Amino acid sequence: MIQVRDLSKDFLLPHLRQTTLKGRVLNMFRKSRTIEVQHALRDLDFDIARGQFFGVVGRNGSGKSTLLKILAGIYMPTRGSVAVHGKLVPFIELGVGFHPELTGRENVYLNGALLGFSKSEVAAMYDDIVAFAELEESMDQKLKNYSSGMQVRIAFSVATRAKADVLVIDEVLAVGDAAFQRKCFEHFRALKKSGTTIVFVTHDMGAVREFCDRVILIEDCRIVAQGSAEEVAGRYTDLFSPQPTTAPPARGKRRGSGAISYTEVTVPALLGDEGSLTLELEAVAEQAVEEPVYGFLIKSSSGAPVLGTNSILKKQPPSGVGKGERVRVAWSVPNVFSDGLHHVDLTITDRQGLAVYDHWEEAASFTVVKEEKTPYIVTPDTSLVVTKAGAAEA
Amino acid sequence: MPWNQRVKDLLARIRLRYRYPLILLRAMVITDFKLRYQASLLGYLWTLLRPLAMFSILYVVFARFLKLGASIPYFPVYLLFGIVLWGFFVEATSQGLSALVARADLLRKISFPRYVVVLSVGASVLISFALNMLVIVFFMALLSVPVRLDILWLPFLFMELVALTISLAFFLSALYVRFRDLNYIWEVCMQAAFYAVPIIYPLTLVPVRYARLLILNPVAQIVQDARYVLVTPETETISQLYGTPWVRAIPVGITIALVVASVVYFRRRSRSFAEEA
Repeated sequence: MIQVRDLSKDFLLPHLRQTTLKGRVLNMFRKSRTIEVQHALRDLDFDIARGQFFGVVGRNGSGKSTLLKILAGIYMPTRGSVAVHGKLVPFIELGVGFHPELTGRENVYLNGALLGFSKSEVAAMYDDIVAFAELEESMDQKLKNYSSGMQVRIAFSVATRAKADVLVIDEVLAVGDAAFQRKCFEHFRALKKSGTTIVFVTHDMGAVREFCDRVILIEDCRIVAQGSAEEVAGRYTDLFSPQPTTAPPARGKRRGSGAISYTEVTVPALLGDEGSLTLELEAVAEQAVEEPVYGFLIKSSSGAPVLGTNSILKKQPPSGVGKGERVRVAWSVPNVFSDGLHHVDLTITDRQGLAVYDHWEEAASFTVVKEEKTPYIVTPDTSLVVTKAGAAEA
Repeated sequence: MPWNQRVKDLLARIRLRYRYPLILLRAMVITDFKLRYQASLLGYLWTLLRPLAMFSILYVVFARFLKLGASIPYFPVYLLFGIVLWGFFVEATSQGLSALVARADLLRKISFPRYVVVLSVGASVLISFALNMLVIVFFMALLSVPVRLDILWLPFLFMELVALTISLAFFLSALYVRFRDLNYIWEVCMQAAFYAVPIIYPLTLVPVRYARLLILNPVAQIVQDARYVLVTPETETISQLYGTPWVRAIPVGITIALVVASVVYFRRRSRSFAEEA
């Protein structure tokens, strides 16, 4: 269905490109032009068979999205070739071309046109689209008055109508609430059954394990692993495996005075059915802090809070920290989490929670892999006994 | 295969190939019209009111106070027609210029023939132009301007104008992706060109030496020829200035060269619009 051969893609770094005439003219007289090339993809080689659910995983900035855009014909490869047989529809983003000043109805027609549906074709399926989005009442309102959830629903509802031999999907599941995500997954299951070829980019190893027949892992512009979902998902989690981050990396959002802040965060990358979650943290005080309160919050991949607590709630006796002192904080949390990616927020505040010393959103992430896959926010170890209690008296 | 079957196949293939671009073009033009006059009280009427307002100002200033065009019969229609033609040229080129950059989000997210974006702008402006022509027809009837057989040339002149304008729009839009100060440059160019094209003044006011130069500009040639065939033969056209109709080959040649150059340039550059726009 898709053949990719020796594919490479380079970008000219945008801040060095001459986008104004002045820059061009000035640079003409310079002897050597400083053009820096950024490699986005290097020598990719793979095939996607008809009907395959093909996963593309990798860290942020590894080149996944660039690959999708090349497959979709939006970017041109610098070297190598891509051959796609059949009609390919990309979903780089839901609701492309949506305009806030148009009504829901007008946006459906516009979005439909972008997917290649004529006006009469959209008209024929309009009622189904609206029903699927569950937005019958508000279709004549302007899109700007919709909540973002409603916008996503209507966009997805149109998208499900796309007729394609190959669908390219870029993390559209990252948006929407749990119910919507479930709807997406149901749609994917149906697509998979109907034999549509799907190329799917994601961070969610749960989804990869559930859907993908074959997966490639991209790291530093190259394919570093390809194979079954199980193999590659394992390799992927290895990428994040215990790497105690001595200098806090620039990930996640962080604020606070910094009087005392976390310097080391050790969280297991992968959590199976067994065992509990351990958060091993180290903080260092730049100034003396009287009563630091350590807290954490664990969120699901969609950002919904799962659980959290802090040292006051744990009735930890307060103890001051002197300047330059280091503190170790170790949490142990029973593994009640549901299957999928989770994020950890870490905080250090004062007793009243008024002064924030360190508030680190998504300081770490871990992936839970459980046999039992429930759509709920936690999946604790429940037990079930079903026995026959004898025949009913007749 | 019999030839009629072959023609049918060819037609079917063409229809299939241009199905998606046509659907897109239609959707974009409709969206553009819906959005353009949103939340404005008079809505679509502005398409007509704008050139009329400009016409009134220029008419008062130039025809009444400066007494230009006294020698030209039906000068109000003559003036308005020139303004409408010029307005089409300016609107289509300057809106076309920013068309690709304005739709950058679309270019980066779906793959579709890039020319549709520029064509949709051209089509929107063309619709406004058609509405404006209705106003011209109304004024012609009001002032009972006689219709002559020369009017049959008008479609060809319009075709030349559209070809010139759209190809410039293609060229500028592709260039603007690379050079982001082009919009300022083009704006100044248009300001200057407004006076270099005989729109508000009769060409007879200009010394023949310079008039001969000005009229080689395709826009000037089209405006003067169109006025000649629609409004009054009492105006100077390129054939009168040079004494031969064949000199038209120069502006027409410029137009054809522009069409070819813009198609070549746009096609060559369109592969990288998604990355650069």
